[in-house]
Amino acid sequence: MYVAVKGGERAIENAHAWLAEERRGDPAVAELGTDQIEQQLALAVNRVMAEGSLHDPALAALAIKQSRGDLIEAIFLIRAYRTTLPRLGASIPVDTAKMDCIRRVSATFKDAPGGQILGPTFDYTHRLLDFALMANGDAPEAPRKAAEPAHVPHITGFLGRDGLIEQEAPSDTEPRDLTREPLELPADRALRLQSLARGDEGFILGLAYSTQRGYARNHAFVGELRIGTCAVEMDIPQLGFAIEIGEVELTECETVNQFKGSKTEPPQFTRGYGLTFGQTERKAISMALVDRALRWKELGEDYVGAPAQDEEFVLSHADNIQATGFLEHIKLPHYVDFQSELELVRRMREAAE
Amino acid sequence: MNRQTWMGLLARAEPSRLATLLPDLPPHSFARTPEIGAVMVRGRAGGTGAPFNLGEMTVTRCALRLEDGEVGHAYVQGRDRAHATRAAIVDALMQGPEAAAIHDAILAPLAEAETARRKIRAEKAAATKVEFFTMVRGED
Repeated sequence: MYVAVKGGERAIENAHAWLAEERRGDPAVAELGTDQIEQQLALAVNRVMAEGSLHDPALAALAIKQSRGDLIEAIFLIRAYRTTLPRLGASIPVDTAKMDCIRRVSATFKDAPGGQILGPTFDYTHRLLDFALMANGDAPEAPRKAAEPAHVPHITGFLGRDGLIEQEAPSDTEPRDLTREPLELPADRALRLQSLARGDEGFILGLAYSTQRGYARNHAFVGELRIGTCAVEMDIPQLGFAIEIGEVELTECETVNQFKGSKTEPPQFTRGYGLTFGQTERKAISMALVDRALRWKELGEDYVGAPAQDEEFVLSHADNIQATGFLEHIKLPHYVDFQSELELVRRMREAAE
Repeated sequence: MNRQTWMGLLARAEPSRLATLLPDLPPHSFARTPEIGAVMVRGRAGGTGAPFNLGEMTVTRCALRLEDGEVGHAYVQGRDRAHATRAAIVDALMQGPEAAAIHDAILAPLAEAETARRKIRAEKAAATKVEFFTMVRGED
């Protein structure tokens, strides 16, 4: 029997009012501006955009402030907001070969044409707390070296020229969209990539790590990792041509994985792919490893029962908003459900006596 | 500069910079009032393969007509209605007799600012380019 219960309005109102006070914290401390979050907590903003699946740094910064820094709560706010927006269309796929790179490294070729560009990275820092950041100092300035903006070619292009790596089949198939239709399995690669791109960083990282430790082992090299801005173009029907509607910062990871061959095909490397909004390289690398593990069927590999190979498992659990929604709802009132269980246990105990 | 180029430039422009360059709006009527929406950004598997949906970005679009009949369109990144309106006005003006003046007063400074911004980023990136050198081994 379903029994509607009312009550608690005053308690809820007061709880939210206290939340607002706690969010502000000690009034003697200056209030945090969303512009400060956008500028100085940029990587949190990037994660919220990537997993919120909406590129808008100002909104992501607002969500982080509103959620008191709980990034999954912030992602939730962004996902809720995006449902209110009319869909104006879909872009022409971004051309990452024309990315204005601020970072571009290859773990496979030291002398990659275009060079190894480290960019603003945490790599090679000593991970020692910098107490100088607790004091207000002068704004640091990055050194510069004379250069003109230039596009750097993809590393996989060089391997592809010699047939050493599998080629992506060119296609203009309209991809299915998780935000428009519920996930249906089996999923094609386009749907898997969308799911991974908006999936939880921690979950994708854990799965990627499991493949490195031997669960669906497919030893990955980072063929190339690049971060930079890409123009976004869209066809405008009223105009009859495509225009750039903006530019987004992206992180792209291409892995070069263990090769396979057969009697008819010479051995060649295989690939995994990661692409994410913002500077989110841990996520992009993880995505590429999991993408590669999920490709076992199309590459004719054995299913060894590893979690990262299990499309249903990965895609059904990657979304942190779905996960947290279902997980957190169990703390909400279940009085009636529990009442029936309680009665059942009592009856069973009586019957046993 | 062709229409595609200037529409892209206006879309990428810093809204505050555009507002400084075009503070007063000529009389206009909207064919489509500024509308905030989302565009699904797509990528390609492996960078060159089949398209997939990466995630959305916010975009504001609008269409308007100036008094002399020129029609302007705009699709600009973000949620700034004034940005979209100004972009559409510049698009309309660029199709009228004042095109050359508008180009010099608005588009050229925007292009310059963008080029400068890109150059600074390229220069900072260049400063982090690794210069390898080979260590000479003792036993050789």
